[in-house]
Amino acid sequence: MAVGEVMRMEIPASGDLSVTSPELHVLAVDDSIVDRKVIERLLRISACKVTTVESGTRALQYLGLDGDKGASGLNDLKVNLIVTDYSMPGLTGYDLLKKIKESSAFREIPVVIMSSENILPRIEQCLKEGAEDFLLKPVKLADVKRIKELIMRNEAEDCKTISHSNKRKLAEGIDTPSPSSSSSHDYSSVKDFPSSKRMKSESENLSSLL
Amino acid sequence: MQRQVALIKQSLFDQGYLDEQFMELEELQDDANPNFVEEVATLYFKDSARLINNIDQALERGSFDFNRLDSYMHQFKGSSTSIGASKVKTECTMFREYCRAGNAEGCLRTFKQLKKEHATLRKKLEQYFQASKR
Repeated sequence: MAVGEVMRMEIPASGDLSVTSPELHVLAVDDSIVDRKVIERLLRISACKVTTVESGTRALQYLGLDGDKGASGLNDLKVNLIVTDYSMPGLTGYDLLKKIKESSAFREIPVVIMSSENILPRIEQCLKEGAEDFLLKPVKLADVKRIKELIMRNEAEDCKTISHSNKRKLAEGIDTPSPSSSSSHDYSSVKDFPSSKRMKSESENLSSLL
Repeated sequence: MQRQVALIKQSLFDQGYLDEQFMELEELQDDANPNFVEEVATLYFKDSARLINNIDQALERGSFDFNRLDSYMHQFKGSSTSIGASKVKTECTMFREYCRAGNAEGCLRTFKQLKKEHATLRKKLEQYFQASKR
């Protein structure tokens, strides 16, 4: 890599991600044992690494956000995406979403909410709080593939805008530091898959759902 | 045996026991994971037996805590939906309506029907999975 470049993901000139992109590590949260089994299968088929937990509290513990362990947490694999059920006893998916977005260490991790109920105010509330997307249960393979592509695309755009010229950034209307600045993004390890940033506007988020 | 498998499956769909979600799950099977649907079904019946037990106990106590009953049924409906258990799902929906209406008699009646549908589905799926293996 050239001096000054901080991107962690190798993007070949052709822009073909499928060859070089690392696997996403997804944390799936659901209190239903049946749904955990299904979402795990859907994600594995979509070539993701999967960790499943049964509650929002366990999810926070896994991430190391429960106060006991600090930001380093129990996991040795960085989480690139969180998929969570909305209706769970204790911490709901919405509560979990809020806690993630309030955390400086994890707010950049995209969170997708799943629910068996198609309640518009609920969907809006989640999107407003920063959810990447909202999936109606039962979740299908097509849904998972779409989410994965969305996340990968966001990651790729992050890396491209870091390493390419200002002209491109201006064209996309994205506010990122210039490649020459050395203080850009502090990633913790070389292997890390850079987490998605909220580059899209709210209206773009909503229109991608329609 | 393939023909018998196909017939069992067809009747399960024709009679409305299963819906397309079951087929979606079958699509997720491959050579490396040939028993995925049966594994999901096993988890489902184990989990739903627990829920049925909880609901039975709650109803036997005579105190109709509709909120708690509705909460159990929400879980039951959720997992039934995930496996494509169409008739069971319908009974769950009805039960929840009776809960919201505070109709104890309706709950009892519906729950009886739900248990029947659940038992029938269990038996038929057992036949189906057994036939698939021969």
